[in-house]
Amino acid sequence: MGTLELKQTLSGHRGRVWNVCWHPKGSCFASCGEDKTIIIWGLQDSKWAIKTILTEGHTRTIREIAWSPCGSYIASASFDATIAIWDKQSGQFECNATLEGHENEIKSVSWSSSGQLLATCSRDKSVWIWEVTNGDYECAAVINAHTQDVKKVRWHPNEEIVASASYDNTIKLFKEDVADSDWTCIATLSSHTSTVWSLAWDKTGNRIATCSDDQTVKIWQEYKPGNDPGIVTTSNEPVWKCVCTLSGYHTRTIYDIDWCRTTGLLVTACGDDIIRIFKEDSDSDPHQPSFTMVCTMDTAHTQDVNCVQWDPTVPGQLVSASDDGLVKMWFYNE
Amino acid sequence: MADTLENINPKLYKKIDERIVTANDENENIVDEFDTREIFDLIRNINDPEHPLTLEELNVVEQNLIENVPLQIDNRASKIIVKFTPTIPHCSMATLIGLSIRVQLLRTLPSRFKVNVEITPGTHMSESAVNKQLADKERVAAALENNHLLEVINQCVGIKC
Repeated sequence: MGTLELKQTLSGHRGRVWNVCWHPKGSCFASCGEDKTIIIWGLQDSKWAIKTILTEGHTRTIREIAWSPCGSYIASASFDATIAIWDKQSGQFECNATLEGHENEIKSVSWSSSGQLLATCSRDKSVWIWEVTNGDYECAAVINAHTQDVKKVRWHPNEEIVASASYDNTIKLFKEDVADSDWTCIATLSSHTSTVWSLAWDKTGNRIATCSDDQTVKIWQEYKPGNDPGIVTTSNEPVWKCVCTLSGYHTRTIYDIDWCRTTGLLVTACGDDIIRIFKEDSDSDPHQPSFTMVCTMDTAHTQDVNCVQWDPTVPGQLVSASDDGLVKMWFYNE
Repeated sequence: MADTLENINPKLYKKIDERIVTANDENENIVDEFDTREIFDLIRNINDPEHPLTLEELNVVEQNLIENVPLQIDNRASKIIVKFTPTIPHCSMATLIGLSIRVQLLRTLPSRFKVNVEITPGTHMSESAVNKQLADKERVAAALENNHLLEVINQCVGIKC
């Protein structure tokens, strides 16, 4: 078993903190919550401190924030049905674009690896794809494939494929059809028995981990046409299969999951206030992988843990956010 | 609310007696854990959205349906499950009633409590859909940012004078 060491407790938000997101270079991170603010935290004398507080971008709860891959922009998704884009061109972060179109609460926002595309999803059941050209944002597609509230969107680590997770219990993958430049659903991942709250791609993009209100984590594996195990594919598209279910570990809804691209460790944020870390077994069969829980941090927070995210540059470092209004910095030691 | 009543003539139930305060209750040196009666007292006087009656009088909430399940790692009660029974199986107010119960408990109990509000099994046609909605804290949070809805809920949870 490894240990999770609390490095620092950060208070700054009033009320529930919904989300945290690392800057791609790891030197700072942002947090957001029901107080309608975004706080950017950075290191000062080896302690994390508030660098900037962004206000007045939204009129309701800020549900999620995302740094662009270049690190120059922050996109924020709000219950006020808008996305704000913040940039630092003037020297300090300012909201210079607001994207409108969703009918109600926006739940998630994600930048593609190139930074050229933005995906958003909403309570209105749709996923929107926005094209970014020279600071202009144009809606490229409105995808109405889910039958319920869409909770999360996340881009493939290097391809233009976006995954979405929904209250309709499914995960869907979308890709642009080159023939008619229409965004279409290329796979539907069904197995969870309740709301899928979050998802994380592994570093290769061949696997996805998902977490749900059904208190399980599932690992999905991509099988391309002509794959070795002979999994049947149709219309030349890969199929995704659930190859592992982690059940019996979580006692309430799992709100978030993150898959570390350097260590391969999985971390989950749960409504039972616990942060858990899972490691793939070294002798694990890729078509039937097995994971072991290597760490469990009871009362990581005093209320639901809403978000966990591994530092992209410092292996083992992770940040969490909770309903208790706090953000916590942790370090995992094997 | 709606112009016509869904349940025109609901059956009325007797209210339970006031809680008897014991000597131990008044002793500051004894730690009083939350008990089912205390939780029940917090929600029994919530008003029905449709009738000038309380949830207790309509038998929507009953004391014996509330159970405190202690958290395994902490024997102090930190988890509460409230089951409520809509007056009729197609009651369109079920979500609103459940939301009112949830809001009342969120506001009155310490934040460490995990509150589950669910429909009594077999008493509503959309039981699982309503339960799922009530359990989704993100949707509950969004609902509570809706001023109109918040006003209605506040009317429900406001104790009648």
